Amino acid sequence: MLKNHELKSDTPVIYFDNAATSFPKPRSVIDGVVDYITNVGGNPGRSGHRLAVEAGQIVFNARQMVADLAGVANPMHVIFCANATEAINLAILGSYKPGDHVITSSMEHNSTIRPLKHLEIEQKISLSIARCSTQGLLDPEKIKLLIKPETRMVVLNHASNVTGTVQPLRDIGFFCRQRSITFIVDAAQSFGIIPLNMKADGIDLLAFSGHKGLYGPTGTGGLVLADDFYAARLRPLKFGGTGSASDKTEQPAFLPDRFESGTQNVAGLSGLSAGIAHVIAQPDGIEGIYRHKKELTACFLRRATNEIEGFTGCVPSAMIETGVVSFNLEGLDPSHVVQQLDERWSIMSRAGLHCAPLAHATIGTFPRGAIRFSFGIFNTSNEVDTAIEALKTIRGEAP
Amino acid sequence: MAKESIVLFHSHNYAIWADSALKKESVDHKMMPIPRQLSSDCGYCIRIKSDDAELVEKILHVKNIEYDRIEAAL
Ligand SMILES: Cc1ncc(COP(=O)(O)O)c(C=O)c1O
Repeated sequence: MLKNHELKSDTPVIYFDNAATSFPKPRSVIDGVVDYITNVGGNPGRSGHRLAVEAGQIVFNARQMVADLAGVANPMHVIFCANATEAINLAILGSYKPGDHVITSSMEHNSTIRPLKHLEIEQKISLSIARCSTQGLLDPEKIKLLIKPETRMVVLNHASNVTGTVQPLRDIGFFCRQRSITFIVDAAQSFGIIPLNMKADGIDLLAFSGHKGLYGPTGTGGLVLADDFYAARLRPLKFGGTGSASDKTEQPAFLPDRFESGTQNVAGLSGLSAGIAHVIAQPDGIEGIYRHKKELTACFLRRATNEIEGFTGCVPSAMIETGVVSFNLEGLDPSHVVQQLDERWSIMSRAGLHCAPLAHATIGTFPRGAIRFSFGIFNTSNEVDTAIEALKTIRGEAP
Repeated sequence: MAKESIVLFHSHNYAIWADSALKKESVDHKMMPIPRQLSSDCGYCIRIKSDDAELVEKILHVKNIEYDRIEAAL
């Protein structure tokens, strides 16, 4: 018999799925989107009128803010894409050469694994996947052991969307630089959450999401090229109108136009600038947000471990840097728990493999997956308390 | 009226960047559609006072803002 619990639509939503996309968005982000659509509306670079210029300024503003956050001097090295996935695809498919050997890790999201696997299946590249510890950490020595003369690319995520642990980028970046290996970093889970600097960390290409830690709207993200990365080393994945060099039928060679064919997501980017401004304006900026998430994580894991029978966190609290907590309740199906949390307590969380089958295999939760809570700037310790009580109830009702 | 010049860029993205840089340096300038006789592009260029041309060149150079050329306005 199907038994549906009454949907608690009157209960305020507790949103613990910020690693998928952050919610709610700051009011200023909504205003940014609305302002462009209502008052500006022009197409950047496609016409010479005032509203087109204003649209161009909105896009430039976002570009400059992302460049500052990534630690690159040239804002034209920021290429806007629809999301981190598109940026990772551009980085990988746009820069490999037939016969290349590529190294990645066992903690990657499918947005990295799938384009690489695609190239491997098509026999364009050979691929090595460095095995991480059961806590999701990569020992840089593992990369060194896998290096071959034809290794041309290392692709690695900065923070895992499953464990919330952070990889030692700088060591690996330094190592890649010494050997002229292109170092591609997936910062979808870390940009605006953990400070990074492309120059100091030795990153050549950095993919980011605008809609997660930067609090921008969905449909925003991009790829940042290091200041010393030549645009010619990367092939565009799409070609078309750029509003520049319009007398020519060839794609322009200069940045960002080489990679930004078609009308940009100006509404989204208007919101993204506001999102970045909001993050920076928090007390103590990114550091402050980091501490807030650390506190929520520690509080949740301490209480859950002490008070909920059969609770297993995937990673110790101290190692979680991004407010992403994956766990299981012994004997309970993660999707059942997540559904109960949604229907009875209006708690939004995510069950399953989180688009990262290899990561779950690495930490020993494949194929079952886990329940994931991912905290954001608007979450409170009261919400964590509610979740603890909810999990206790679900636990208590289990046979 | 003082003589004016026009700064042309390879792309509107650089024109906007230059606009933001010149604003920061309080250099009098104006964004405008590119005159057809100067280029076939549909984007914009920047009009400046000819007397400021050297200063503008210097600012663009220091900030690494690529531009195509500076021409006397017709
Ligand atoms: C580690 C990681 N990489 C890439 C992505 C893809 O990001 P986007 O949804 O912006 O394409 C995600 C988001 O789910 C992620 O967690």
